[in-house]
Amino acid sequence: MRILYFAWVKQRVGVAEEELSPPPEVRDVAGLIDWLAVRSPGHAEAFANRKTIRAAVNQDFAGPDHPVAVGDEVAFFPPVTGG
Amino acid sequence: MTPRIAVQEAPFDLAAETARLTAGRQDVGGLASFVGLCRADDGLAAMVLEHYPGMTERAIARIAEEAADRWPLLGLTVIHRVGRLEPGAPIVLVLTASAHRTAALESCAFLIDWLKTGAPFWKREEFEGGAERWVEAKAADDAAAARWKPA
Repeated sequence: MRILYFAWVKQRVGVAEEELSPPPEVRDVAGLIDWLAVRSPGHAEAFANRKTIRAAVNQDFAGPDHPVAVGDEVAFFPPVTGG
Repeated sequence: MTPRIAVQEAPFDLAAETARLTAGRQDVGGLASFVGLCRADDGLAAMVLEHYPGMTERAIARIAEEAADRWPLLGLTVIHRVGRLEPGAPIVLVLTASAHRTAALESCAFLIDWLKTGAPFWKREEFEGGAERWVEAKAADDAAAARWKPA
């Protein structure tokens, strides 16, 4: 699974992307966050406040219960501020 | 009508983009444009725009498609800049063409409201003296986008 980070999520995690193989019990975005959050102090800091985290699965915005699977591209970032 | 969508570091040229939408045609009766600029609030030295390459273009294309479904558009251009932009620099251009003004004006407002909340861009502000902060999403922007949702 390709995991991407943007904006301050990227700064806190410390990398822009990583290729990871979560265990099969990680089935959705919320489960993936739980699994990622304990990987390092940086991950923990990035995911400390779930309310400020948004996600995309395969480049579409996705909520916490959106499924994730092997081969997916999953991105985590703060609420968007374009325009 | 094929929307023109670009995400780029380079500046854009409003006159050239306008000419591109109207070249060789006489059915356009109204053009609406919005240009967003980098404001020098609180001693801002620069704004740095980051995006999610691939998803950004998809998200804008989807918003453009919805605009084209809702209004009879003859042309649509969205150019969003990324990278480091100094105060006064143009950030975003939305340009819409239609036979009549209402469709052009309304679709232009719809597009910029949705770009603020529906496309993966993030702004980081750099201040004189070296401080920096990420711009936070505003509830007012969500409200502005929400007003376009069908009742």
